[in-house]
Amino acid sequence: MMINRDSEWVRMFNRRAAVLAGGQAVLVSALVGRLYYLQIVESDRYMMLAEDNRINMQLLKPPRGRILDRFGQPLAINQQNFSALIVPEQVRTLSDTLDALGQIISLSELDHERVKKEASRKRGFLPITVRENLTWDEMSRIQVNAPDLPGVTIDLGLTRYYPQHENAAHLLGYVAAVDEADLTGDPLLQLPGFRAGKEGIEKVYDMALRGKAGASQVEVNAYGRIIRELQRDEGEPGADVVLTIDERIQHYAAERLGPESASVVVLDVHTGDLLALVSNPSFDANAFSRGLTSEEWKTLSTDDHKPLVNKAVAGQYSPGSTFKLVVTLAALEHQVISPEQTVSCNGRYMLGNYVKRCHKVHGSVNMTRAISMSCDVYFYEIARRLGVDKIAAMARRLGLGELSGIGLPGEQRGLVPTEAWKKAARNERWSTGDTLNVGIGQGDVLTTPLQLAIMAARVANGGLAVKPRLVRPATGVDQPPDAQAETAMPSLGISEKHLAILRQGMSDVINAPGFTTAAVARLRFKDPERRTWTMSGKTGTAAVRRISVTEREAGPREPGELPWHLRDNALFVAFAPSHQPRYAIAVVVDHAMGGGGKIAAPIARDIMERVLELDPSRKPRVDDEQIATATAEPPA
Amino acid sequence: MSDIGFLTARLRRGNMSAVEKLCQISWSFVMWLCVIATFGFAMLYSAAYGNWDPWALPQMVRFVVGLGLLIAIALIDIRIIMRYAYAFYFVILVLLAVVDIRGVIGGGAQRWIDLGVINLQPSEMMKAAIVLALARYFQGISLDDIGNPLALLAPLLMVLAPFVLVLLQPDLGTAGVIVMGATVMFFLAGVRVWKFVTIGVASIAAIPIAWSFLREYQQNRVLTFLNPERDSLGAGYHILQSKIALGSGGLFGKGFMQGTQSHLNFLPERQTDFIFTMLAEELGLVGALTLLSLYVIVMIYGFAIAFRARHQFGRLVAAGITSTLFFYFFINMAMVMGLIPVVGVPLPLISYGGTALLNLMLCAGLMMNVWVHRDVQIAQRGGFSDL
Repeated sequence: MMINRDSEWVRMFNRRAAVLAGGQAVLVSALVGRLYYLQIVESDRYMMLAEDNRINMQLLKPPRGRILDRFGQPLAINQQNFSALIVPEQVRTLSDTLDALGQIISLSELDHERVKKEASRKRGFLPITVRENLTWDEMSRIQVNAPDLPGVTIDLGLTRYYPQHENAAHLLGYVAAVDEADLTGDPLLQLPGFRAGKEGIEKVYDMALRGKAGASQVEVNAYGRIIRELQRDEGEPGADVVLTIDERIQHYAAERLGPESASVVVLDVHTGDLLALVSNPSFDANAFSRGLTSEEWKTLSTDDHKPLVNKAVAGQYSPGSTFKLVVTLAALEHQVISPEQTVSCNGRYMLGNYVKRCHKVHGSVNMTRAISMSCDVYFYEIARRLGVDKIAAMARRLGLGELSGIGLPGEQRGLVPTEAWKKAARNERWSTGDTLNVGIGQGDVLTTPLQLAIMAARVANGGLAVKPRLVRPATGVDQPPDAQAETAMPSLGISEKHLAILRQGMSDVINAPGFTTAAVARLRFKDPERRTWTMSGKTGTAAVRRISVTEREAGPREPGELPWHLRDNALFVAFAPSHQPRYAIAVVVDHAMGGGGKIAAPIARDIMERVLELDPSRKPRVDDEQIATATAEPPA
Repeated sequence: MSDIGFLTARLRRGNMSAVEKLCQISWSFVMWLCVIATFGFAMLYSAAYGNWDPWALPQMVRFVVGLGLLIAIALIDIRIIMRYAYAFYFVILVLLAVVDIRGVIGGGAQRWIDLGVINLQPSEMMKAAIVLALARYFQGISLDDIGNPLALLAPLLMVLAPFVLVLLQPDLGTAGVIVMGATVMFFLAGVRVWKFVTIGVASIAAIPIAWSFLREYQQNRVLTFLNPERDSLGAGYHILQSKIALGSGGLFGKGFMQGTQSHLNFLPERQTDFIFTMLAEELGLVGALTLLSLYVIVMIYGFAIAFRARHQFGRLVAAGITSTLFFYFFINMAMVMGLIPVVGVPLPLISYGGTALLNLMLCAGLMMNVWVHRDVQIAQRGGFSDL
């Protein structure tokens, strides 16, 4: 009995223990299967994840390339700069640390919010910039208080610095924090505190200036602390950009303009090198580099002199009488008038029963006299004979109505109207009245100061299609450093005879004996070599408002009687020396206290004298080797 | 021949000398334990970046002490062990209660009692104690009694009491191991399968109630297990990092002391609960399967002892202890592989921890004890039966 019972116990136990062992064997197989899945099947994926965990790529910011003028004068460089960074995972609490930091250096509410927002988006071990551009004083105060500020570090970085401040600011542009929209593939853009070119040369040559990011591969632990550096690639510093600008001329021109809202373009008529491209008033690009306050922004953006606009390329002006160069050449080419043939000016020009006035009664004028006196009646007449399309064709050949090709952001095309254009744009028929307006550079025709300078240069250089150039070719290979070398340029097919007649007229504008429109623009060199040098030019005074009949009856008003924004624009285009043209200039003064001859011409004269004195085109430019060295060494 | 026959008779009688018992100890079994433990020392050495301190050396010392404990327990007469099984159980139960009460008073959850030499974790010891107590109980009743539901009431309470106390600590993993160990005991003792089903269904019904008893972090762990993407930087982070470590180990691993996940702190608790992850990362699938095989060998010994034992108490103790060992390593490994939620169960003989190691050596000692006393006749009511 007892034995039976016992064997029954044993049998049941053995049965059940076998089931149990079997069950456990199944579970062990599950472990084996899982191990196989993780370590063999999915191994590659997990290996990659483990590497991702372990290895952190840290981009090394390459120093941004410098911007130099043609003689190597620095226009944009990098300056050492201290910023306060905070590593969120190393602080006790973020807001406490920020408060503590705020006791030492000034932090705005905005800074607090921005840091907290960034901290919530980034991984805890990534440093966040709290404030940049610390003064030495602030930096040392943070260092001294370092024990009380865990997680706060000082970073020595490079910031963009424009040593010329307001000089050439439009041209150079500025750098600023990267917008979301700019986030292209370049990993550099995601670096804290990285600045990208926003305007001007900084924007156009951003890629070259930026350089290539270096990278440091570091092994980090789970907390993001760096254990060791595995690999380091220094990257490439940004390339320097050498401009054609002569900083001295640029600077002088800006100074000469004073408080006027105005622009000046100086161009080498043979090479197209832009020696100055000035838009006044300007702004200090350094303010953009460090970040504008809203106050500063408001001041800049609401100023009616528009300091933020590069008027030299983005300002579109009625060319006024400077456009008569175009009309003259068109008239000669199409032989609608001979140079000697005269037109009688009695101060008015009848078109049907509509009267167009001349600013003066000139009497009988031939072509050179019409140019030098700027007789509107003469030009009404030849414009009428030509028709607008022939004028437009010549305007385009001289570079009007199209982009110059220098590529500055914001550059405008201007407008060279044609019959077809008016039909397309306004669905109106072109009228002879329109043609007359175009004949004196009013009406729909619009030009930029840069285009006016190109026009003057093409007249001066014998009708070659010179293209303006702002940046010296990056390699220096296609352009020998010899300043005398002239690039072979296609001819515009304008007869040299016609150009000579026009140039004579332009010379007479300034240099004809007796009183002239722009006698003030006579060069004043005293030295024997240059004493005989003259400048040739053309004035322009462009109305910016429609003059009503009653106003016309009352007679012209003095500019001083008008509010600033209603005054005429004063223009002047010129080249010099007259006998062997080398430089062309265009000056546009917005809403001036007088016409082109009174206001713009003396400015052009002063600047041209300076240009001729310095004669930058004849001096060797900063040579390639020098630039190469400058590029290789990061600027201190 | 006669020698052996003589020995067998004395084995059956149970009045062996200490030397005879020593000879009876399966030294190959002890050797396998040493191999597993050595594995552990190596991993603890690696976990400390190639230092014997702070883990490997203390663990070795404890293991040597544990070996002494194992042999000592193996030599005790099994009937004495049976006699004191309940007493041992109650002492541990009281210690559990003390830990819990102190936790309530002190405000902080503590799982151990400082005994000066060692921080004793009663919940660990309970894993062995419950097996002993239940084996003692089922040795004492007949197969007919087991069919009687009332007879199961006492052992059920014996399980429930420590379960609740451990759960209150709160230590979900250990509570689970205790219940699973006990379930195995009931099963082996012959309790009808439908009763398990009934209890199982009732337990599932009680899950919502149990849920409310779980601390928030435990609830999170379960939820995260059910949906690992729920919180990739919180509780799920550990599972994910553990899987990355395991997976990146590949077939042969990254090499001893070369584990990046473990050494760069991506793994939590690499010296205790996640030590298997580090092992598998550094030694690969080969290393992981080697360790698994060693455990399987120890389990085979355990079941062999259970099948070979001539008394119900020995059978139940051997199978129960073996299963407890199984639950230890299964839960630990399944947890680090992301098969079950993260619960704090150490890897037997490998994880750093005094009580767990001593408890395991105690368990191994009990297994050996059953082996040494496999043929001893035990009366139904225990004690030294007549010949």
